[in-house]
Amino acid sequence: MQQKTNVHAEDGKQELVITREFELPLNLLFRAYIEPEIVEQWMGTKVLKLENQRHGSYQFETTDPMGNKHLFNGTIHEFEPEQKITRTFEMEGTPFPVQLEFLSFESMTTDTSKLTMHIIYKSVADRDQMLQMPFRQGINMAHNRLQDYFNHIK
Amino acid sequence: MNLRRDVFQAIADPTRRAILLLVATQSLTAGAIASNFDTARPTVSKHLQILTECELLQQEQNGREIFYHINAKKMKEVADFIEPFRQRWDDRFNKLEAVMKKFK
Repeated sequence: MQQKTNVHAEDGKQELVITREFELPLNLLFRAYIEPEIVEQWMGTKVLKLENQRHGSYQFETTDPMGNKHLFNGTIHEFEPEQKITRTFEMEGTPFPVQLEFLSFESMTTDTSKLTMHIIYKSVADRDQMLQMPFRQGINMAHNRLQDYFNHIK
Repeated sequence: MNLRRDVFQAIADPTRRAILLLVATQSLTAGAIASNFDTARPTVSKHLQILTECELLQQEQNGREIFYHINAKKMKEVADFIEPFRQRWDDRFNKLEAVMKKFK
């Protein structure tokens, strides 16, 4: 199967470019980013605040499978409907520094659209660490499950 | 001088990426590779040396000539590194697409 989401991470650079083409018209793709009820559905998060405007901010809360709550927040710097969102992104309570995200939305055909996320990290090391996150999380979760299992048979 | 010798160091340079694309289609000698670039021959040699040290290229003696060919297994390391991260975004975007299709 062809990969729909592409992640471009050039070595030695503190940035990432994520691109994705959607089988959705531009207006629906953009709505998925601005309506809190919809954001909650696909991000799997609770939206505490989402002010889509210049100087606005957002705050999300997710609960992991262990029941721990994680907070994410950021400030909106640029907001142009169906064109772009420029914002910061921070994971509260973690050592990861704030990152800067440039999201651009483009129409391809009447039924398809494209999203480009250009993410800037504080350092190359921070970016590389972020890339490895899902892998680490996967390992942690596996370890936790193993721990649970042994706790039960004790 | 950065002494890091891994695949990421190797693909950081545009000339080295071009060399990899060239060699991906067929094994070539250093001379044949250099003839594709305006860059000075020693510069190309340096790039070939780095790519070899990073194990992305392998040398093969054929009579009096040395041919360079690509080590596909090592190239895969680059893709594998990003894969879990890419997968996570892919899952998330697939969900977005599925959710929004209901609004059509």
